[in-house]
Amino acid sequence: MTAATTTTNAAEASNGSLLLTLMKLRTFIALFAVIAFFSVFAPNFLSTANLILMSKHVALNAFLAMGMTFVIITGGIDLSVGSIVGLCGMVAGGLILNGIDLQFGYTIYFNVFEVCLITLAVGILIGAINGLLITKLNVAPFIATLGTLYVARGFALLSSDGQTFPNLVGKPELSTTGFAFLGSGRLLGLPVSIWILIVVALAAAYVAKYTPIGRHIFAVGGNERAARMSGIRVGRVKMFVYMFSGFCAAIVGLVISSELMASHPATGNSFELNAIAAAVLGGTSMSGGRGTIGGTIIGAFVIGILSDGLVMMGISSFWQMVIKGIVIIVAVVVDQAQRRLQQQVTLMQLAKKG
Amino acid sequence: MRPADDDCVLRLEDVTKVYSGIVAVRHANLALIRGAVNVLVGENGAGKSTLMRIIAGVEKPSLGRILLDGKEVEFHSPADAQRHGIGMVFQELNLFGNLSVAENIFATREVTRGLRGIDHRAQIDRANHFLDRLAAGIDAETLVEDLPIGQQQLVEIAKAISLDTRILILDEPTSALSAAEVDVLFKVIRELKAQGVAIVYISHRLEELMRIGDYITVLRDGQITGHAMVRDIDTKWIVRSMIGSEAKDFAKSVDHRLGEAVFRAEDICLPRRTGGLAVDHVSIAVRAGEVLGIYGLMGAGRSEFFECVIGQHPHSTGRVEVGGVDVSACDTSDRIQGGLAMIPEDRQREGLVQALSIASNLTLASLDRFLRFRFHIVGEKERAAIKAAIADLSIKAPNPDFEVTSMSGGNQQKVVIGKALMTRPKVLMMDEPSRGIDVGAKADVFRTMRRLAGEGLAILFSTSDLEEVMALSDRIAVMSNGRLVTLIDRTEATEDMIVKASAEGHKTTREHA
Repeated sequence: MTAATTTTNAAEASNGSLLLTLMKLRTFIALFAVIAFFSVFAPNFLSTANLILMSKHVALNAFLAMGMTFVIITGGIDLSVGSIVGLCGMVAGGLILNGIDLQFGYTIYFNVFEVCLITLAVGILIGAINGLLITKLNVAPFIATLGTLYVARGFALLSSDGQTFPNLVGKPELSTTGFAFLGSGRLLGLPVSIWILIVVALAAAYVAKYTPIGRHIFAVGGNERAARMSGIRVGRVKMFVYMFSGFCAAIVGLVISSELMASHPATGNSFELNAIAAAVLGGTSMSGGRGTIGGTIIGAFVIGILSDGLVMMGISSFWQMVIKGIVIIVAVVVDQAQRRLQQQVTLMQLAKKG
Repeated sequence: MRPADDDCVLRLEDVTKVYSGIVAVRHANLALIRGAVNVLVGENGAGKSTLMRIIAGVEKPSLGRILLDGKEVEFHSPADAQRHGIGMVFQELNLFGNLSVAENIFATREVTRGLRGIDHRAQIDRANHFLDRLAAGIDAETLVEDLPIGQQQLVEIAKAISLDTRILILDEPTSALSAAEVDVLFKVIRELKAQGVAIVYISHRLEELMRIGDYITVLRDGQITGHAMVRDIDTKWIVRSMIGSEAKDFAKSVDHRLGEAVFRAEDICLPRRTGGLAVDHVSIAVRAGEVLGIYGLMGAGRSEFFECVIGQHPHSTGRVEVGGVDVSACDTSDRIQGGLAMIPEDRQREGLVQALSIASNLTLASLDRFLRFRFHIVGEKERAAIKAAIADLSIKAPNPDFEVTSMSGGNQQKVVIGKALMTRPKVLMMDEPSRGIDVGAKADVFRTMRRLAGEGLAILFSTSDLEEVMALSDRIAVMSNGRLVTLIDRTEATEDMIVKASAEGHKTTREHA
């Protein structure tokens, strides 16, 4: 902070802004708090193996939460991400195991790289459908994505009749081997999925801060009408965020089936709620216009560490739910308090200027 | 002419109302006469609405007393005023679109049957009774949102009548009514008058005032400047008292040569949702360096016209040309690229993104200018442009990274103007650019307009301030009820003429007796 000020008035003001700074850093503080707490109370919490395992868990939610953050900043919501995870896992598994049957005796197999591209395309496509429903047909985001939640989950179950696609090692002669790399491979000691997370997160943060589309996302969520009047193509911006959300969900689908080397159609059930929780915990405002990728990633870590740590302490999963819920509510309450305080401080500064 | 005291139902004595730094009403003395129509006129921002809000209990006066039947009263809320028999129909409708007409009329004082809840039957019957009196032809069971705007206004009036008011304030009640509906309203007003109700009638339509009014009070800049019996005066007197003689601080016009016509709108039409045309075959051409003022009353279709031109209404028809290029087929984004820019009337709803910083708001429409590789915003370029804009428009922004809501209204308006100018427009449309900003900021805005015109920008601005339109424009267009009524040179225009023209489209019935 700045050097100490002399007058009492200024001291009060700096008290206000100190509190404000604390509140702004609340997600960081929460992160350090959970880390400190569990390193004391949970055995082996700080071991490298455990930290890497935890970050792999966190990464899955962080992907979804990033996509969700953009969607929420535009003032929408994407409930379909969990189902997209499930469907994309099935697409990847099905392509590796069975290929595409062309009906007249031929079956096309794709190599692993192509399989990944196709899977990502499926995720983006479902996102595009969400976007079209919302922009062209004026369906409320909650309803549109609730619809695709059921449709995507239904297709995932239909694709295998509810069965698991097991043992996705692939066949060398079809060059479908090597799918495991995504989920259990390592580069420079870090899991591949973490590297992907780092790349996608940096890209998303860059987009948010340094590109017109990023600025437009915030503008659309802050005041859609003003954005329209300023010549922003609101429809395109919304299409982008839902497609990005679908893209993130597809990555998660790929990573999970690669980790397990199997695809189960129920994968990803209720993941969307964790993603929303992480975004909100990271300071994303549900009314749109506010949020950061960095905050969301930290939020995802807080939630992930909290649930893993509680498991390690042997606390009942029922209590875990209670604790998670309370943390989310407290986060939003503090968020509101911060905004009020911020307004007061701004008003005070205005008043002082005269 | 001062009426006897016992005729006076409510008296304001030396009432002053101050909002953060702005004096809206100063030392007003007003007497409302029982069984008469008390007319209140004045330009926008003259303080009429503030005065009425004080009477209706929405605002408390900063100074002065309110005497009701000779006894001093103090209203803490509109409900308080209602208990004293004061009802008000606001200019902006305060109805619940998702509820039925009857439910709206009896909102907060529902007819109940004890534990059995609301007696919908009785509510509907009673509501129908009031509606019949207005000959509105409205069924009390319909949803309010299904009614056209004019009928919604009648519902508001029915609601006010149902309160058994002794003082009924009507703020521009006819702005959305058809001629036949106005006739019915006037009939009801006469009935109420006969019952001894004091009516306060606010309107811009001088013709109407002459027809229905008994006493007239004129306000200017928060002060009462004239008070008379309507039968003793004429419209000339009203205009004179409304405008006064002292001129406000307008930037002097700079003489410069006008260029070619850079803006051409032909046959712009916009259908209204409730039938009819909100913009009715409007054609205007503006030359580079010219300032065209569009005068009109509320609902004249000025904002709608601008919105059509900028491409916000997909249903509008007609041609728009900028610098000789037809942009009719383009969306808003391409029209802005093509050289159009618009400053919307409602700064908060349409001009600013409140969650963003001052800086981000300024560059929101012109990010394309600061790109490298077509996607990367170059920080230095953007910051330099922001700095230039802040200096250029003398925006008082301590830190461009603060949220835009941390500034005063005038500075916020300058940000909206800056945003439009940063797209380097050829044609600038300003919808009520001086609304809701203080005198100093107003002068700044006017100076900027003049300077921009001098630099060869074609400017169209709308206003409902007579003085403003006379002082700032090179040419004056008057719109009324969606139509372009008059288009004249400033040198030929007179205030009288403009006021008359602005009521043209609303001609209700022929001359009154």
